[in-house]
Amino acid sequence: MILQFMLNGIMIGAMYGLIGLSIVIIYKSTKVFNFAVGTLLTMGGFICLSLLVRLQLPLYIALPLALGVSGIIGALSERVTLRPLLSQPLLTLIMATLFLDSILQGIIVMSWTTYAFAFPSGMIPGQTLFLGPIFIPHEPFYAFITALICFAIVGFFFKKTQKGLQMRTTAEDQDVAMALGINVNHVFVLTWILSVIVGSLAGVLLGNLVGLQASMTPAMAFKALPGVILGGLDSMAGAVIGGIIVGVLEQLAGGVLGSHYAEVTPYFILLLVLFVRPEGLFGMKRIERI
Amino acid sequence: MWRPSGIMDMNYKEDEAIVRTRLQKGLLIASLVAVYLLPLWVGGRLLNFINLITITAISVQGVNILTGLTGQITLGQTAFMAVGAYCVALTTVYWHLSFWLALPLAMFITGLVGLLFGIPSLRIKGFYLAMATLAAQFIIPWFIINIRPDLTFGYDTLPVPSPLIGGFALKSQTSLFYLCMTLGIFGTFFARNLQRSRFGRAFVAVRDNDLAAEIMGIGIFRYKLLAFFICSLYAGLAGGLYAVWMRGVSPDHFTLSESIWLLGMLIVGGLGHPAGVWFGVIFIRTLDLSVRYLGPYVQPFFDADVGTAVAKGMGPAVFGIIGLVFLIFEPRGLYRIWERFKAFYRIWPFSY
Repeated sequence: MILQFMLNGIMIGAMYGLIGLSIVIIYKSTKVFNFAVGTLLTMGGFICLSLLVRLQLPLYIALPLALGVSGIIGALSERVTLRPLLSQPLLTLIMATLFLDSILQGIIVMSWTTYAFAFPSGMIPGQTLFLGPIFIPHEPFYAFITALICFAIVGFFFKKTQKGLQMRTTAEDQDVAMALGINVNHVFVLTWILSVIVGSLAGVLLGNLVGLQASMTPAMAFKALPGVILGGLDSMAGAVIGGIIVGVLEQLAGGVLGSHYAEVTPYFILLLVLFVRPEGLFGMKRIERI
Repeated sequence: MWRPSGIMDMNYKEDEAIVRTRLQKGLLIASLVAVYLLPLWVGGRLLNFINLITITAISVQGVNILTGLTGQITLGQTAFMAVGAYCVALTTVYWHLSFWLALPLAMFITGLVGLLFGIPSLRIKGFYLAMATLAAQFIIPWFIINIRPDLTFGYDTLPVPSPLIGGFALKSQTSLFYLCMTLGIFGTFFARNLQRSRFGRAFVAVRDNDLAAEIMGIGIFRYKLLAFFICSLYAGLAGGLYAVWMRGVSPDHFTLSESIWLLGMLIVGGLGHPAGVWFGVIFIRTLDLSVRYLGPYVQPFFDADVGTAVAKGMGPAVFGIIGLVFLIFEPRGLYRIWERFKAFYRIWPFSY
């Protein structure tokens, strides 16, 4: 039984990891914490859903199309909210992403109402796998695999490609990056596109697992924040591992203590991490220079 | 206001006074009288709305002290309001405590809860601290819903009795108006004076550069915690008033988005100015109300369900757009516009 909870936790945690990855990509290169991640990914999920249901497109066309559209939304968001606010104080940046969140929330409600929607069933082929007492539903399993592949691709992109190198340079020091001839604005747009695409993928997977709703899905996405903090805000591997740890603990608490404990466990973990080790497991400890 | 030239301060007391000229004093008294006579002219739903504005303003005064003066970001103000509201509700319903005792008690308890979530500010700041208050926003309603649902009625509304003054129940909006407005005015004056006191200056020093403040001998942690405490006192006061204004409390009223709205009102009004708080609250609440009135006119253009959703979604969208516009074009908010206007009419028509 415990094993089953842990397995569920790993699969849900992979979702959190994917959402966390979306947060970390932006934080790493722009030092902005994107609070709008929840609504952005909900929007991505809804776009994919509309393409699937309204336009009756097959998944292999709808998904890339939806990711492309959400990439454009990401670029637009960066252009409208953060470009005019470059190098502003922290509060301004946080408020900018919160206002963006509010706008997107309004747009989502206007476009897709407040009802809950489910993806068409049987979208992903496969069957639940039974291993003795444990069963592995195929949909979360595919979601888990997708998350891992996505993580590998993003990691490869950051470590091995020229654009990734530019992003890492920008993250290290914006002035140096500019002096080296990197177009920082360009890098910022690219990070937002990448991040929102990753987030939207998480939105689609999450929607496929539990359905989409204008306020519930962003609330679920918020549970990825503890994973990010636990893993360390500037560590990609940390985001994924932290997400999985939070997912496992959440499912264990929900299974052992009672289902309503699952809602709040991530936030207790968050508080605990902030009290004990604010920089997280793999994050860099911030040393203040005068 | 109105001190172009020729009016000199003769001693420090005059220099420090808030109300400095006879005209100001007259205007202040006149406007206070006007405010208190307001229920004679307006009533019903408008008065209800004014009460909402006053309660919100009290809460935002707290956010202003924590975020505007001390520079600590809080995303959990409505959760603290929930603590205050439920304290008042539970103590008056189950202990049959008088509202006038329950309210200070609720403020104090909320203050302590605020302290608890302020403790991480010792080591962290910025995004991380926002995270701690965000955790409060999820943990506190969870406690309210799940720990003793037999007492708090879980997701449902717990009815709250109206406060009594010598057998007379403050039930009508008019009587609540006097209660809320009096506390609101006191709260604003307290905030204004706090800003000028030793504590207020220490808060500003911590905000501007905490390292420098520490070197100058300001105990950062003490002042941060104090700011959290005072902010939560305001939240508790606003929450308690909210409970009697709504005549009941329910966890639905205290959501994360409401907290974000409070912060947004502060930004729109002008960070760090008690008067700006009122501008921001009045502006955003009026905007929200007008968008809501606009809803039924927009609705017929769409299908049934979509129309309702469009009407519902307009509020957050307009709020977000207005907030962004202010952040980008007038980051110091309506208060700055007010100051510019004052400077303009003071020197008009010779603007140099």
